[in-house]
Amino acid sequence: MNISASRGNRPTITPELVAEHGLKPDEYDRLLVIMGREPTLTELGIFSVMWSEHCSYKSSKVWLKTLPTKAPHVICGPGENAGVIDIGDGQACIFKIESHNHPSYIEPYQGAATGVGGILRDVFTMGARPIANMNALRFGSPDHPKTRHLVAGVVAGIGGYGNCIGIPTVGGECNFHPSYNGNILVNAMTVGLAPADRIFYSKAAGPGNPVVYVGAKTGRDGIHGATMASAEFSDDSEEKRPTVQVGDPFTEKLLLEACLELMATDAIVSIQDMGAAGLTSSSVEMASKGGLGIELELDRVPMRETGMTPYEIMLSESQERMLMVIKPEAEAKARAIFDKWELDFATIGRVTDSGRLVLKMNGEVYADIPVAPLVDRAPLYERPWVPTPKRAVLAPSSVPAPPSLTGALTKLMASPDLASKRWIWEQYDHMVMADTQQRPGGDAAVVRVHRTKKALAITTDCTPRYCQADPELGGAQAVAETWRNLTAVGARPLAITDNMNFGNPERPEIMGQFVGCIAGMRAACRALDYPVVSGNVSLYNETNGKAILPTPVVGGVGLLDDSTKSATLAFKKAGETIILIGAISGHLGCSLYLRECLGREEGAPPPVDLAAERRNGDFVRGLIRDGRVTVCHDVSDGGLLVAIAEMALAGRMGATLQPPKNLPAHAWAFGEDQARYIVTCADADGVLAEARQAGVPAEAIGRTGGPTLTARDGDAISVGELARAHEAWLPGYMSNP
Amino acid sequence: MKAAVIVFPGSNCDRDIAVALEQSSGNPVTMVWHRDSALPKVDLVVIPGGFAYGDYLRCGAMAAHSPIMREVVRAAGKGQPVLGICNGFQVLTEAGLLPGVLMRNASLKYLCKDVNLKVETSQSLFTSGWTTGQVVRIPIGHGDGNYFADNDTLNRMEDRGQVALRYCSEQGAIDAGGNPNGSARNIAGVFNDSKTVLGMMPHPERLSDPALGGTDGKDMFDGIARALT
Repeated sequence: MNISASRGNRPTITPELVAEHGLKPDEYDRLLVIMGREPTLTELGIFSVMWSEHCSYKSSKVWLKTLPTKAPHVICGPGENAGVIDIGDGQACIFKIESHNHPSYIEPYQGAATGVGGILRDVFTMGARPIANMNALRFGSPDHPKTRHLVAGVVAGIGGYGNCIGIPTVGGECNFHPSYNGNILVNAMTVGLAPADRIFYSKAAGPGNPVVYVGAKTGRDGIHGATMASAEFSDDSEEKRPTVQVGDPFTEKLLLEACLELMATDAIVSIQDMGAAGLTSSSVEMASKGGLGIELELDRVPMRETGMTPYEIMLSESQERMLMVIKPEAEAKARAIFDKWELDFATIGRVTDSGRLVLKMNGEVYADIPVAPLVDRAPLYERPWVPTPKRAVLAPSSVPAPPSLTGALTKLMASPDLASKRWIWEQYDHMVMADTQQRPGGDAAVVRVHRTKKALAITTDCTPRYCQADPELGGAQAVAETWRNLTAVGARPLAITDNMNFGNPERPEIMGQFVGCIAGMRAACRALDYPVVSGNVSLYNETNGKAILPTPVVGGVGLLDDSTKSATLAFKKAGETIILIGAISGHLGCSLYLRECLGREEGAPPPVDLAAERRNGDFVRGLIRDGRVTVCHDVSDGGLLVAIAEMALAGRMGATLQPPKNLPAHAWAFGEDQARYIVTCADADGVLAEARQAGVPAEAIGRTGGPTLTARDGDAISVGELARAHEAWLPGYMSNP
Repeated sequence: MKAAVIVFPGSNCDRDIAVALEQSSGNPVTMVWHRDSALPKVDLVVIPGGFAYGDYLRCGAMAAHSPIMREVVRAAGKGQPVLGICNGFQVLTEAGLLPGVLMRNASLKYLCKDVNLKVETSQSLFTSGWTTGQVVRIPIGHGDGNYFADNDTLNRMEDRGQVALRYCSEQGAIDAGGNPNGSARNIAGVFNDSKTVLGMMPHPERLSDPALGGTDGKDMFDGIARALT
């Protein structure tokens, strides 16, 4: 085939041009072997994005492969747009989490908004109607001059997109730490529902079938600055566009409805959203999975700017677009649906049996790449790594007690990580679709499966300070905490999606964090029968050589067969016995008490006993199912007293506690031992006896009721005062100039 | 009662309101596409919440000029009961069926939460399921719910009993603390002259099911179903 010899497409390939495309010299050599000739600019751009860390997972793949991904209820694990699990009655739940960290730091509103838009598309491209969004946010120190602006922009962007498209944003998490000063994390998760027998995949089939482009038009937004620069380009007078994409939730709403309407027919052979690397990754993905070729006529791509080159069209990351292979006889019907929703519909090419990606424009060929080697022979690295040195367990005697437990509690409850995030989630429509049964602020969001008794429980969790101190333990803890949060509302945890946020993998100590976290997650997934079905990796989160805390965010999904039997954390009845389930050792290393009250970030994190985790959780879930307990809450950040305070604030009801004699009171109150829950009940004796029988540690620690929270004799605070401290921090912080 | 729900591109509470209406009336609800130029014969027309036409230009501004809205305005002129919720309220003011405008929230932020509403009168087909002076808990979810009209208009509306609902405290006090968006005189919902058209920012369809934590909204729809049957 004759390749276009136009100057723009056949620049001199200099080492600089290759480097600007992010390809290492040996990677470029690999490209030359595959192509058997020098690439065109378009081809170089395509290799560059397909072999980028983001698309190829070249540093992480060997480790990701070690995670458990199978279970009887898994319909589709990692490798597709999102993971799919069976939730019975012919229904499937489709979900995934994805990061939009770098764009959100550069332009917080659009960065976060398009993060939401992207993850929504990943889920509805598989045939699901999205029913819930979550987000896990990490910002820098509140004292950092950019933090306030970033919080405001990210929250407004997430709300702006989710509220408009009409998918409820039902929960998430938000932490602050100086390690994120130059690299915030914006991880967005979407959960959707589809008929289990109507899942759509990206594998192209049927040579001759039309390849159809639908959705918004293609512009020059999102073409990566680094890959855009070239000698020829800089001669061009076109200004460089921002590399952050701009989202339009209204168009996405139309795209969602149009796609679901088309999916109800049998027109679609395969479908793939255009996310990162846009038309490039979607067409390559479809061809590669089908073992086929694709030929595109790029002049047929709907464009919103004139004079776009094949390079720009292929690398554009314009939002709200989809690529489909459809049955030829269905073309008219499909077009009518997209006309109804006033969206572009263009047949831009066809499936071929050549195994090659051929790109033409105005009759000339701009790229002709063999698909299989482009994908299968992508670089794959087993990067050198060093294990993170173990930290010594902090001696309890080295941690001073506070003057008063409730004083320290008030400080913790008003600290950035534990303070109420109401200011954030009230800016998200968390009730649209009218199925939100547990709103933000609980252990997990509970969203009903429309017109059924069933509900999905959803949570995201990660404790980066544990991961930094001991990656393996931290990875296991992140998985276990999601499992515990789902259990605390009464749900059966089914599967997870993970968002691995780390620094530069080319540094052995960062790679060591990654390897450690994966090992811990693997162990926890196995022990809890809780597979990974989808995920995303975000590396190079560092500025001036300073990396973020290792942050493997885990999104968990569980099922409630009868949503009327779910538990909430708000104290409901006065005079009930408060029972702590799980063992207590008063572990203060890596605790929030240590950091917030004493300014120390040290020691080993609390141990994770996965067998105890499972035993205790199964026991608690049984109590909830059988209606034996009135309320339930897991114990996590901040420890026991913080958990009790959260229950008191939610229920506007106090409690009186009695610390045990065998432990320093502050270790009892603020230690962060794992695998623990607080429940309240009327029949304490029965529950305690049952716990003994099941081999689950349990003890009565106090009673509910009254307007104050009494941590021990003579050490009390009114629930109202605690609530004010807890609610005031974030609004106060955000209203300061 | 038979009801129709108008669906614009960008409507997103259309399903929610249809579920609530079906639950209270026992009848299926007709969904009417914005490009249709005829209204079905129904007892109630509902303009649902959402972001019709993306709320570009101004909330409700483009929807107010869609083909189906010409029919809605014509029918309303002949006494057809019309209910607009949230974005639907914005559309009704833009279409001139209700006085006043909805401006950006005073906080400049979108706000989603339960609020307390004082029912100004139960003497309407829309509010007969509630009692006059009752405080009901209904969620809001909007960025542009700050009701405004000039003082003369507000006085005239109050004289004619056109204020349907006001934001209030848990105890029913009409005060600044209970006003989530800066609305003039805490107004959350208004009638037309004949009380056959109601626009309200809060979403009664979001608390019409005990499983969702409340049924104050269901009382409203039950009342409408009784009034229109």
